[in-house]
Amino acid sequence: MTQPENAAPRGGSRTPLVELSGVSKNYGNVRALEGVSLEVYAGDVTCVLGDNGAGKSTLIKIIAGLHQHDGGTLALGGEETRLSSPREALDRGIATVYQDLAVVPLMPVWRNFFLGSEPRKGRGPFRRMDVEHMRRTTHAELLRMGIDLRDVDQPIGTLSGGERQCVAIARAVHFGAKVLVLDEPTAALGVKQSGVVLKYVAAARDQGLGVVLITHNPHHAYLVGDRFVLLKRGTMTGAYTREGITLDELTGQMAGGNELDDLRHELRRR
Amino acid sequence: MSATRARDADERILQASPLRKLMGRPELGSVVGAIAVFVFFVFFADSFLRASSLSTVLYAASTIGIMAVPVALLMIGGEFDLSAGVMVTSSALVSSMFSYQATANVWVGVGVSLLVTLAIGAFNGFMLTRTKLPSFIITLGTFLMLTGLNLGFTKLVGGTVSTKSIADMEGFPSARDVFASTITVGGVGFKVTILWWLALVAVASWILLRTRAGNWILAVGGNKDAARAVGVPVTRTKIGLYMGVALGAWISGQHLLFSYDVVQSGEGVGNELIYIIAAVIGGCLITGGYGSAVGSAVGALIFGMTSKGIVFAEWNPDWFKFFLGAMLLLATLLNAWVRKRAEATK
Repeated sequence: MTQPENAAPRGGSRTPLVELSGVSKNYGNVRALEGVSLEVYAGDVTCVLGDNGAGKSTLIKIIAGLHQHDGGTLALGGEETRLSSPREALDRGIATVYQDLAVVPLMPVWRNFFLGSEPRKGRGPFRRMDVEHMRRTTHAELLRMGIDLRDVDQPIGTLSGGERQCVAIARAVHFGAKVLVLDEPTAALGVKQSGVVLKYVAAARDQGLGVVLITHNPHHAYLVGDRFVLLKRGTMTGAYTREGITLDELTGQMAGGNELDDLRHELRRR
Repeated sequence: MSATRARDADERILQASPLRKLMGRPELGSVVGAIAVFVFFVFFADSFLRASSLSTVLYAASTIGIMAVPVALLMIGGEFDLSAGVMVTSSALVSSMFSYQATANVWVGVGVSLLVTLAIGAFNGFMLTRTKLPSFIITLGTFLMLTGLNLGFTKLVGGTVSTKSIADMEGFPSARDVFASTITVGGVGFKVTILWWLALVAVASWILLRTRAGNWILAVGGNKDAARAVGVPVTRTKIGLYMGVALGAWISGQHLLFSYDVVQSGEGVGNELIYIIAAVIGGCLITGGYGSAVGSAVGALIFGMTSKGIVFAEWNPDWFKFFLGAMLLLATLLNAWVRKRAEATK
């Protein structure tokens, strides 16, 4: 997996699309997130790695506008801000694809594709969705992503998990997202399907989007990632650029380093 | 299969026949059911095919159907309204009592009633979206409160459980024309509610299938969280759906009032379930996200045919509820089976 030639040098003088510094979040008396910092640049993939309960979902919800952070700062394009709703996040170019709630299963593919941003025509009481345009665009956009749907009228629940993720990604790209947040896009997928999804992650990156990839799979992360943030029990245990870490180190960090050695010791046959 | 065909289409996907596509429609099960009920009564009730019988059946269907349409949309949006039955009575009471007490033109009462009824619907929607409690609980509360208010307030104002006659008041004849007149076609009288019903079905189908609001209704019922995450105004959609039910209750309520000239304040209890049954027979998924307005109309038609068909067949009407229950069960099973087959072959 190589960088496109026209990609700008990483970091340096560029302004990150999204910058979190020292962000924390409490749910009642539970500290879900504490002092987490990360940067997302255009044309880069930032991976957030962590085990269950590490605070990955909380982090996503803050970037997606579902929750507000309690401490630290969130800056979009260098401007400090606070996102009040998913709609506002979308309007500011942040599209989030959730692992399980990305789509409405019983609705046809084309209705899902345009959900929340339906193009309309006509006026007055006859103002209506431009159904022909929606159908055609859905088919064309998915074809561009390499998915050839026989029938855009089929309920999206009948597609495979990987295809559903790809529809959601294609939707985000079509609506001009600048930042794409992916929540465990490969968690429930087989090896081949995971590969397909990662290919679209790379495609989105090559189109100049900043991608945040949340995963607990270091192998998938290392295939496409440019920078890596490790979370554990709500705090940040490390931040690396691709040059700064090897896959083995990343896997080791991810599995908890010393803990893995302890586990190996425990599991060894006596 | 030739090599070129294999390249054109994925060889694992079989061509869907038009029949399969038809089976994917939500209202199919109810249409089959309606035909079965129709044939059944043509066979067993001699007078069933007469034009006057048809008019009676359509009238019965329309009084249910006017409410079944918005109730179906609400169900597609993932919620129930148990207050829908008594809301009809409330709407009629407000209209009648306001006109009488203020000695105003009845149209003023009709207008006030519209505002009050819409406010009740908005209250339901607001409470639901604000408290995030199940709609079953919220609207059960509204149901009980309205039942009490209808009786208590009517007695408080007039001393009896029914309202005073407003037949001699200004505007009564024109209001009756709009809400409760009879239109004669070829010597047979048809109630104007049939027109209201058909108009509502058309408007609701338009909204559901062709407008952005329709897309939102399907989405909030199918997966509320996904809908919210892509920017659908979930709260606004749900409140709107409850106000739609209120609008239906207003039309039904005015019909109730202007069919006679008084309103019994205890009426309407139990009807909310009949509307829900019509919507479910019509193919609405009880968990939301799937269904159609046309289906609810067919459900109401089955309801009308059964209730009147039993009378035409000169059977004991006590059997009606049994029929209805069996129908509901059959329709739901048929719907589940049809949907499973339709989706399995995609």
